[in-house]
Amino acid sequence: MTIQIRNVEIGRREFMIGAAGFTFAVAARLPFGSAEAAGKDVALSPWVTISTDDTVAIMSPAAEMGQGSLTSLPLILAEELDADWSKVRIVVAPPNDELYKNPAFGYMYTAGSNAVTAYFKDLRRFGAQVRKVLLANAAKHWNVPVEELSTEPNAVIHAKSGRRMSYGEIAAFAEVPATAPEVAESELKKANQFRLIGKDVIRVELPQKVNGTAPYSIDVQVPGMLYGAILRSPVEGGAPDKIDDAKAKSITGVVRIVPLPYGVGVIAETPWAAFDAKEALKVTWTRTGKAWGFNTEKALVEFAAAARDPSRPAKLWAKEGDAVAALQTAATVVESEYRNDLVYHAQMEPLNAVASVSPAGDACELWCGVQSKTIAVTVAANALKIAPDKITYHDMLMGGGFGRRGHRDEEYVHDAVVLSNAVKKPVKAMWTREDDVHNGRFNPLSVHFLRAGFDTSGKLIAYHHRKATDEVTAFQDPVRFGRQNGRDVIAFVGIDAAYYAVPNRLAEAVPQNSGLRTSSLRGISHLTNIFAIESFMDELARKRAVDPATFRRDLVKSNPRALNIIDRVAHMADWGRKRDGSALGFAYMNYSGTQIALVAEVTVDRRTGVVRVPNVWTALDPGIAVQPDNVVAQTESSIVYGLGFALWERITVDDGAVQESNFYDYHVPRLNEVPQMSIEVVSTDNHPTGVGQMATPLVAPAIANAVAELTGVRLRETPMSPERVKKALG
Amino acid sequence: MAFDFKVNGKAAHSDAPPSTPLLWVIREELKLTGTKFGCGTGLCGACMVHIDGRRAFSCQTQMSQVAGKAVTTIEGLSPDSLHPVQKAWLAERVPQCGYCQSGQIMSAADLLAHNPKPSRSQIIEHMSTNICRCGTYQRIVRAVERAAKEA
Repeated sequence: MTIQIRNVEIGRREFMIGAAGFTFAVAARLPFGSAEAAGKDVALSPWVTISTDDTVAIMSPAAEMGQGSLTSLPLILAEELDADWSKVRIVVAPPNDELYKNPAFGYMYTAGSNAVTAYFKDLRRFGAQVRKVLLANAAKHWNVPVEELSTEPNAVIHAKSGRRMSYGEIAAFAEVPATAPEVAESELKKANQFRLIGKDVIRVELPQKVNGTAPYSIDVQVPGMLYGAILRSPVEGGAPDKIDDAKAKSITGVVRIVPLPYGVGVIAETPWAAFDAKEALKVTWTRTGKAWGFNTEKALVEFAAAARDPSRPAKLWAKEGDAVAALQTAATVVESEYRNDLVYHAQMEPLNAVASVSPAGDACELWCGVQSKTIAVTVAANALKIAPDKITYHDMLMGGGFGRRGHRDEEYVHDAVVLSNAVKKPVKAMWTREDDVHNGRFNPLSVHFLRAGFDTSGKLIAYHHRKATDEVTAFQDPVRFGRQNGRDVIAFVGIDAAYYAVPNRLAEAVPQNSGLRTSSLRGISHLTNIFAIESFMDELARKRAVDPATFRRDLVKSNPRALNIIDRVAHMADWGRKRDGSALGFAYMNYSGTQIALVAEVTVDRRTGVVRVPNVWTALDPGIAVQPDNVVAQTESSIVYGLGFALWERITVDDGAVQESNFYDYHVPRLNEVPQMSIEVVSTDNHPTGVGQMATPLVAPAIANAVAELTGVRLRETPMSPERVKKALG
Repeated sequence: MAFDFKVNGKAAHSDAPPSTPLLWVIREELKLTGTKFGCGTGLCGACMVHIDGRRAFSCQTQMSQVAGKAVTTIEGLSPDSLHPVQKAWLAERVPQCGYCQSGQIMSAADLLAHNPKPSRSQIIEHMSTNICRCGTYQRIVRAVERAAKEA
């Protein structure tokens, strides 16, 4: 198995898109002249090309940022195709929304941990369709009824006569029908027939990730390439006012200074000259844009006032029964507030892209790692005012994404294109780590105000959650924001905790408009919501003197999968056992259908305020676990990411400008800070749901709940940094 | 100024200014891009190489310090990508996004070269120099333990 991370030249006109969005009347030109494919390639669909040497090339439609979709999506197709995995080659799909769109978004976009969930059904059908074509061709060739045929990996079998033909042999004479054969649900494999799904394979690009050859955009080398750096306005919306570039221009190797609407670009012959020149620029900025004067500490106070005050404008997110009335008549009412600071993605690869604009400015080659390749093509085409088909796109791996590379403007791609256009030469435009922090787009500040009511029998009868935060999608993706009619999923989804049975529920989005650069980040809205909701549930359980795991159990009792996961993690952690010097905290959520529960063990140093987390136990049920070991890996990853959010990660803004710069003042978790993680994946027969970020939101509340158990003190603000913990403990 | 040094056993030369970080010469002049740029401040370890047999942050090593020295990058760690650490990294399925992993592997190889049977706490201490934002840490420990056992 090899990976082909290259642009695949497929002209749109070569496909005849049928009403079903799929047809076999295609002739894809795949760049398989390499040693692996010695035979002739026969395109059987936009997704599958089988070579006469019996290799099977399968398109992978999602962007790879470490989550494993590059492998797991083609594997799903290969399952129903009954392909021999050792003969499968994975080809990165070209930017083409019509053919390769994520069905959940309507365009090629990898986000929300939904790639497997969203593509699963279609990929199985596409695989089964190609298998049917192969069977039909074999039946005709042997002149036997198709019903007498079966498949084994990469071969069609006629048991009656003992004959077999490899897929490659069939490809040599295959006739491809004009329309795709129908595949009924009942014709798909049953779970017990899976040969690939649920069996771990090694991720296809891993060998290249241990020897330095895995291709990221920052590694691209183009003959004659120059280097670009950009000094941006420290505050969103600011523009260069006075530019003093005398010193920058005097640096050896500097080629051009390029004023831009949002900053000043530098083009140089070497990266060190470009970075030095950027540092040497003296620029004053217009105070245009909304965020000038913004201060995070002050804003949290203002956000809190908006969250608490029912008369302040809010958008109704979800309503069930009448929570306001129920709270008025409740026997007991509990209220709590929770706050969250700005969080930075800190993907390890600082943002960058490479562009090469033609001398006439009428075409562009582009190398980048993005969560939406069709958006990248659009960004480049719009910047140059040329048609998208003039952009030759090269797909690169991402050195981390976490939501940072899924914005409608993909500004770091834009950087490379405009700088290349200024000199009509290839330019690698790179951000330094400081640029990446200063120009970060953050998980927004939020303040959550929650109220709950119990009746006289102690039954939870009302839940009210008001979340004040910036409308992220309005900044990140105005197109999507418009389509959602202003309902901002990234900022608010999940505030209703709809999976908890409460007869009266009110969830309100309290939109703020700070003017800061904001973004989806691992866990999206849930990251902060679940800190609030699961901390609150713990407070309620304690108030009722009910065991926190039992309290949640009662609220999900109609969902056997949820109950199973809660019981499973309790068993793993030996939940009922009291520890000496440490304590456990519990958290659960239903994350887009994935049932997940987590227990954290903490110790607290009262003198320093340092919280340590020696152990974390997690159980999750994501339906069918397509690649079980990768589910474990993604969960480990989610936990570590959640740990940083819980204990350390904090961006502060003053007068609109980010105050942190690099890993010395933005603390991400290191090896000596992470817990021992025990993870159990409970694979069930349900449609697969996400695994890429599901544990992240549970870590902070589990820690806070454990701290409350250990010390009796409730922590209400992330990050739960030593200073804050020390202060809270008094 | 011109600097002559060795990279992966071969003679190398650069005319970059003396204060230029070795990282950029390796990546953009010598085109050995397995060594990564992460922070530029010696805090993340993505740029880790070996200089005269010990690990070093290539982003914190100026060209003036490299003259006459022998540099090993991830590309030169083994001729066939079969260094025990690389094999262990695959066996434990360590990489996710993979961007930090060259530096992680160079750090681990340095540890085992000088301490073939490290304790768990020695592994944790040594490898805490390198950041992995994907949080592959638990597998990194397992992989170093495996490499120590199988080497």
